[in-house]
Amino acid sequence: MQKDYKGIANISGPLMLVENVEGVKFGELAEIKLTDGTIRNGEVLEVQGNKALVQVFEGTTGIDAQNTKTRFLGRGIEMYLSEDILGKIFTGLGKPRSENDRIIPEKKMDISGAPINPFARDYPNEFIQTGISAIDGLNTLVRGQKLPIFSGSGLPHNKLAAQIARQSTVLGKEEDFAVVFVAMGITFEESQFFIEDFRSTGALSRSVLVLNLADDPAIERIATPRVGLTCAEYLAFEKDTHVLVILTDMTNYCEALREVSAARKEIPGRRGYPGYLYTDLASIYERAGKIKNKNGSITLIPILSMPEDDKTHPIPDLTGYITEGQIILSRSLNKKKVSPPIDALPSLSRLKDKGIGEGKTREDHADLFNQLYAAYARGKEVQELAVILGEAALTDIDKIYYKFAEEFESRYISQDEYENRSIEETLDLGWELLSIFPKDRLKRVRDEYLEKYFSKFKKEEDQ
Amino acid sequence: MNDNKTGKIEKVAGPLVVANNMSGARMYDVVHVSDKRLMGEVIELKGDLASIQVYEETGGIGVGEPVYTTGESLTVELGPGLMEAIYDGTQRPLDTLYEKAGDFITRGLRVTALDREKKWKFEATAEQGDAVHTGDFLGYVEETPLIKHFIMVPEGIQGTIKSIKSGEFTIEKTIAVVETDNGDKDLTMMQKWPVRKPRPFCKKLAPREPLYTGQRVIDTFFPIAKGGTACVPGPFGSGKTVIQHQLAKWAHAEVIVYIGCGERGNEMTDVLLEFPELIDPTTGQPLMKRTVLIANTSNMPVAAREASVYTGITIAEYFRDMGYSVALMADSTSRWAEAMREMSGRLEEMPGEEGYPAYLGSRIASFYERAGRVSCLSEKKDRVGALSVIGAVSPPGGDLSDPVVQATLRVVKVFWSLESNLAYSRHFPAISWLNSYSLYTDNLKEHIEEKVGEDFLNLQTESMRILEEESELEEVVRLVGIDALSASDRLTLLIARLLREDFLHQNAFHDVDTSTPISKQYKMLKTIHYFNQQAKDYLNRGADINDIENMDILDKIARMRYVKEEDQIEQIQNDIDSEISSLTGE
Ligand SMILES: Nc1ncnc2c1ncn2[C@@H]1O[C@H](COP(=O)(O)OP(=O)(O)O)[C@@H](O)[C@H]1O
Ligand SMILES: [Mg+2]
Repeated sequence: MQKDYKGIANISGPLMLVENVEGVKFGELAEIKLTDGTIRNGEVLEVQGNKALVQVFEGTTGIDAQNTKTRFLGRGIEMYLSEDILGKIFTGLGKPRSENDRIIPEKKMDISGAPINPFARDYPNEFIQTGISAIDGLNTLVRGQKLPIFSGSGLPHNKLAAQIARQSTVLGKEEDFAVVFVAMGITFEESQFFIEDFRSTGALSRSVLVLNLADDPAIERIATPRVGLTCAEYLAFEKDTHVLVILTDMTNYCEALREVSAARKEIPGRRGYPGYLYTDLASIYERAGKIKNKNGSITLIPILSMPEDDKTHPIPDLTGYITEGQIILSRSLNKKKVSPPIDALPSLSRLKDKGIGEGKTREDHADLFNQLYAAYARGKEVQELAVILGEAALTDIDKIYYKFAEEFESRYISQDEYENRSIEETLDLGWELLSIFPKDRLKRVRDEYLEKYFSKFKKEEDQ
Repeated sequence: MNDNKTGKIEKVAGPLVVANNMSGARMYDVVHVSDKRLMGEVIELKGDLASIQVYEETGGIGVGEPVYTTGESLTVELGPGLMEAIYDGTQRPLDTLYEKAGDFITRGLRVTALDREKKWKFEATAEQGDAVHTGDFLGYVEETPLIKHFIMVPEGIQGTIKSIKSGEFTIEKTIAVVETDNGDKDLTMMQKWPVRKPRPFCKKLAPREPLYTGQRVIDTFFPIAKGGTACVPGPFGSGKTVIQHQLAKWAHAEVIVYIGCGERGNEMTDVLLEFPELIDPTTGQPLMKRTVLIANTSNMPVAAREASVYTGITIAEYFRDMGYSVALMADSTSRWAEAMREMSGRLEEMPGEEGYPAYLGSRIASFYERAGRVSCLSEKKDRVGALSVIGAVSPPGGDLSDPVVQATLRVVKVFWSLESNLAYSRHFPAISWLNSYSLYTDNLKEHIEEKVGEDFLNLQTESMRILEEESELEEVVRLVGIDALSASDRLTLLIARLLREDFLHQNAFHDVDTSTPISKQYKMLKTIHYFNQQAKDYLNRGADINDIENMDILDKIARMRYVKEEDQIEQIQNDIDSEISSLTGE
């Protein structure tokens, strides 16, 4: 029999302390009944003696210390699941957003999940063609990868994420796929942009939407990504589906976490974020992946806005330490009308090495990729030099690097929102751009590939 | 398990549990929390209250539940079966957990670290009547084609062998009986050791030999010694993990212990899938056959992450005690430090810098102190073992003023400084040649000059001088343009570029380039310097620097790294001569 505890000893920020409790467990879900009859949800953060510290997802505003009743449910937060979650919309706590979103559950799962045994993992190595050169060619995404987009306010990360969701395919495969879209504190318009985009491509019926919008309770955001990932795990590992999860905006998630930590008066880590932020983020991001002997997979694209465009801010920094690379958007490229404004040099896909090459993309991909990077890096240095010394002072070879960097940005990185380039097109475009160099400058490429590909694009007269 | 005493939970806050009625417990005792039997360790005692760090998730645990003491500290099992294993931070075998519980790690599962059923073929080398002391060999098991697993007399035992037999045994079966002053002792092939206590040795010796890694920038410029310590700090994406993997693959050590401490699950999978396929060039055997893995990834419980480095280093010491050269990689020690910080915060200890506990520095120092080249414990003292420790450090934002970096730099002797700018231009390994250092050069001088080449260290010094000069010249170019440079400065820039692009740069994912024997490194360096000499000469004879910059031979020099046959590299010097003479001849 579950007992109601009347009254609250202490309320501070999103936390409340309930006294004289018995048998309350760490991590347990609490139901808080306000005097007007509304119900709020909470989670036990700490139990000590006969006291339980509860974090209230909907906030503590309006909670009356004397008459509020708290009941502990003896379980964690659970998500009710069946394949019918596809096409449905849930709240940030995993409840149906409307009557239409109710399902008849087949099972329920605790949203905290459990760590995947590293021994059970299967290494992600299937190339996903996104049709975006700056990703496919340079920061190749593979199935089961976690690859975040580091962005900033006003940058077109949503367009990029929607384009990835729209165009992603694994070549030569027709398999069940689904999108789990998780919104944390983004605006109604932003979420509507995604929903419309999914609708227009017909992906909506294959999507699960978990929405905590800007005007929804902030603390609820702590549960939101876990709700989404629980849906994803169910679809991927029990229903053999390839799931793409988009989490946006992780910065809002981290802020909710910081708020709770501050209310608990914990010793803050960098910039006021809790010292366990790394571990906490890992418990979200590491839920992506592939498992041996399972047909499904979870590919994760978290989006986060970097406060002050600062990559060393704890949120992008700790994210980058956990995820398998990062796609970084740049404000200066955006100003130059490079779109998507992907900053190629600091962007990285750590899993590309096993997802590219013969039989996956093309034999020359790795060498070509290294060469493009090296040339672009040198080109950017030369551009900086030119700012100081003037273009005229550059050596002949540096002038070529200069031109290369410009073309690379305007033709390779830039592409239309609806342009879907095949991997062949992306690779050939790379060779075409490199063809302005003399052959002996291309040290990162094996001779055989130079013979085979470089000669194809090198104009007769310069050879 | 002997549950001698029971306490009661008074508080649960994440991985920290406080229990009362614990007056019999000792610091670092292992306890079992609640009837779910979650494993934990006592990390603070106040009166009859014990603070316990719990190695498994504590969700669903509440006040009033029991805590069982075991009277034992956190130990590892040492014996045949360690090789090729993959363990979590408290030495639970992940493959067994997978068989028992499936894809996800569930709680309260107790499995033994070493297989109790498997029989090993024990070959006795000691004989009945032999007087034996701690550390003496009783015999061995051919654990893998690469590792003879010696069975040693455990600590505290000294006496005469009463009986000993070769044959097939499980690790719990008696293989020898030793008559001691305290009666007869039955010895098995397994021993246990508390992880927080360094295993004893006879004495520490100064490191003398390099631990070659096949990585040119390391072996040539910033070498680590067998028994030495090194750290690799750098921001994310700068190549820490790839370097650690490269060392685990190609380091000339006999045993590798690789600790994935609070990092990515897929990186461990990578090792698990790749190492059995990779063949060690010297032995022709899969690299996995000399490797032990500890994987406590970032999403696994944080307290077990804290324990993982100790579990790993104790296993490494055990193989060192057999006289092996062991190399241990920990990726990343920052995650270990963060686990300490998290527990310390929950204990409400007085925080030091950045919230890390005040004892951070001493914990890091005592961890690296467990490395070393030692004369192993045994009666004859005739074995030398070495344990080299290489730790990755992941400072926030790559900022080297981070307390973990600073505490580490105070104790380690080699610093490989990773730089994001190098990584951005895909110059890998992104080890800065200007900021890194090795304090072993003096120790290793004699060995290198004798075994590699008398002029090797001169070549190395000269190369470093050229690279330093390059960075000064680049400053000039940045201010006034390349035209301001003299021809000889331009040559310096060219040579520096060859050193950077054709020697220091090394692609971990290229079949040949991935590892370079030291003899080949020497030849490559010699060739570049030979070119430098000849080009200088040629310049002095009035040549145009532009012609030198466009010589065909540069292409051959650039491809040395991909060439397996070392005599082809020696050949290049002749090609340099002939190209120059054909240029001057016309
Ligand atoms: N020696 C190398 N050769 C080729 N690529 C490398 C090398 N070192 C690093 N990389 C590239 O850099 C990426 C990041 O390296 P990693 O070791 O994972 O960084 P960190 O551990 O510092 O975050 C790798 O995925 C790989 O693409
Ligand atoms: Mg790493």
